[in-house]
Amino acid sequence: MTALTRILSTTAFKLAAIYLTSFTALSVFLFIFISNNTDDLMNKQVVQTVDAEIQGLAEQYAQNGINGLVVGVERRVRSPNSNLYLILDYAGNFITGNIAYLPEKVLSESDGRIQVVTYTPLGLPETDENKARAIVRIFELPGNFKLLVGRDLEDQVHLKSLLGDALTLWLVGMIVLAGITWFFLNRRILKRIDNLSMSSRQIMEGDLAGRLDVTGNGDEFDRLASNLNVMLDRIEELMQGLKEVSDNIAHDLKTPLTRMRGRVEAALRQDMSADDGRKCLEDTLVETDELINTFNALLRIARVEAGSTGAQLKPLKLSDIVRDVCELYEPVAEDDGVEFSVQIEDEPVIDGDRELLAQALANLIENALKYGRPPQDTAKPLIKVVLSATKEQAILRVEDNGAGIAEADRERVCNRFVRLDGSRHAPGSGLGLSLIKAVVTLHQGELQLISAGSENDSGSKGQSGLCARVVLPRNKGQRGEGEGNEAWDKAQKKNATS
Amino acid sequence: MPCSGNEKMRILVIEDDREAADYLLKALKEAGHSPDHADNGEDGLELAISNTWDVLVIDRMLPKRDGLSIIETLRASGDETPVLILSALSQVDDRVKGLRAGGDDYLSKPYAFSELLARVEVLSRRKAGPQVETKLQTADLVLDRLAHSVSRAGQEIVLQPREFRLLEYLMKHAGQVVTRTMLLENVWDYHFDPQTNVIDVHISRLRSKIDKGFDFPLLHTVRGAGYSIRDSSH
Repeated sequence: MTALTRILSTTAFKLAAIYLTSFTALSVFLFIFISNNTDDLMNKQVVQTVDAEIQGLAEQYAQNGINGLVVGVERRVRSPNSNLYLILDYAGNFITGNIAYLPEKVLSESDGRIQVVTYTPLGLPETDENKARAIVRIFELPGNFKLLVGRDLEDQVHLKSLLGDALTLWLVGMIVLAGITWFFLNRRILKRIDNLSMSSRQIMEGDLAGRLDVTGNGDEFDRLASNLNVMLDRIEELMQGLKEVSDNIAHDLKTPLTRMRGRVEAALRQDMSADDGRKCLEDTLVETDELINTFNALLRIARVEAGSTGAQLKPLKLSDIVRDVCELYEPVAEDDGVEFSVQIEDEPVIDGDRELLAQALANLIENALKYGRPPQDTAKPLIKVVLSATKEQAILRVEDNGAGIAEADRERVCNRFVRLDGSRHAPGSGLGLSLIKAVVTLHQGELQLISAGSENDSGSKGQSGLCARVVLPRNKGQRGEGEGNEAWDKAQKKNATS
Repeated sequence: MPCSGNEKMRILVIEDDREAADYLLKALKEAGHSPDHADNGEDGLELAISNTWDVLVIDRMLPKRDGLSIIETLRASGDETPVLILSALSQVDDRVKGLRAGGDDYLSKPYAFSELLARVEVLSRRKAGPQVETKLQTADLVLDRLAHSVSRAGQEIVLQPREFRLLEYLMKHAGQVVTRTMLLENVWDYHFDPQTNVIDVHISRLRSKIDKGFDFPLLHTVRGAGYSIRDSSH
């Protein structure tokens, strides 16, 4: 596409052309209308003047005869900017007047009609450039005298040409001005659009960090560009997440594989005692099991996230799960010297999957056990599980009094394989929170990591630990009501039989 | 692999992966059982029908005939031989599908042989007859299901409800090895793998109540496999 065709094909050009054409047509029409009307009006005026003159002269002739007429004409000729007069005798000889030359033909028509003629004023040589146009009436007076009265039209012609010039100038000026405006406007728009297309092409070619220019003047291009930029941010975030996941998978699955391979290779190379060989195999087995666990966890997260676990959300009492899982972990916490408390303030029924919710809670408690220790035995470690509810939501909190998680890390830590520096040495795959988050999302809930003690009823203000807050929507039929609705009874019976 | 004292069992393994099957057969033989093998669904079904087996171990995905359809066919013909389903699909819904088709237990691949052996042995016992005993006894330990009471050597032992169920399950399978996963599944009804040693902690609590202060221990740890309650007085 050449530059010209590109310009011709822009919307701006087409619009400008249409406007210019119609505006020009309108102007031309206006000009013709004005000049015609002016012409008519002026002609009428001239004719009226001429008629009045004729009236006056006819009276003089009637009173004083030809001599009186000649005197009157001579007097009028002397006044400046006078009308045109001419008196001829029967033979056509000049008697008096201010016209030097008239075409012969005009003089023979003496029936008093209005005639437009070309003449030469008295006192000027009879050349083309001295000829002027005039409106005249010619009368035959008794005694074969001829009287001509007229008015010069040069003023009128002048006015007309002045109008014409003005309009031409106006039209040309307008077209030029429109052209210039359109050119700059078009160039500006074209430039912005070209910028946008160029930036987007760069981004398409793989420069995901690239963004569209925002000039900051808040026009429609800015709005478009900033919207597209937000979209690009989101895409980059997703791509980044994907890349992180695959990097992490590569790292977290390949590292143990490399270790295993190295170990087996070393065992094959050297002569090993039976005991050493056995030890090597046992280590390898442990490592394999860990790999399998990681793999299972990954698959599980992926399936929960895709919503394809076959998990059927049924109404269930969240408090039962909390009691069950806490009962499972309480002895573990106690053995670890952790003060473990469970507080069930409400019995909300939610639509959920018992297995997944239990695993999520188990992960939360295991996290608190593993990472929620206060540093250097400054205080007795404690874990608190609290279940409460509002009219619409069930709220499950797991609090510890450990070092907590810096605010900057709180979002990141839910990503797969993310392990904060402080906990790298501890066993674990870095998949626990990802699974929790996936489960909570499947239940249309929300996982919040906040500072312990930021909920005012906890009574543990000032402590630093982490509070994992899971907010789940309550079952619709049960919201804000007491217990004992139908869905719940049904679920209860089913649980009892299973 | 230690055999937990069960009599020799006839086990049919229907599994298409040659190497996995060979390995499984060898291990089962070492454990004192007499296994047989079919490497596709149709041969497997034929073998299952034409012989008597104590336990069938069936892979879910098989050439010629799908594992679940074998089980359905067997159940439809009134064959109640216990079936352990093996599958690479570990999800809960796959498990539910397998059990609904008539399987008795479900194990996801890859598995530890000890886990498989423990489950197979428990399954064969199940076949031996429905247990309606109201009292379970191992040596001098007695569990009364109706009275919900436990005593050892005539001495009353107070257990928490969950500890009671844990002991009940162990005693129901006295003499057999039960794995941690089996305990979590049957006592707590959860099918996920906890990262921490939750089951060990519960076992050690139970052990301190039923074994501490008595002449000989009843609750044994089977290394690399799980736990077992058995009379070790002689």
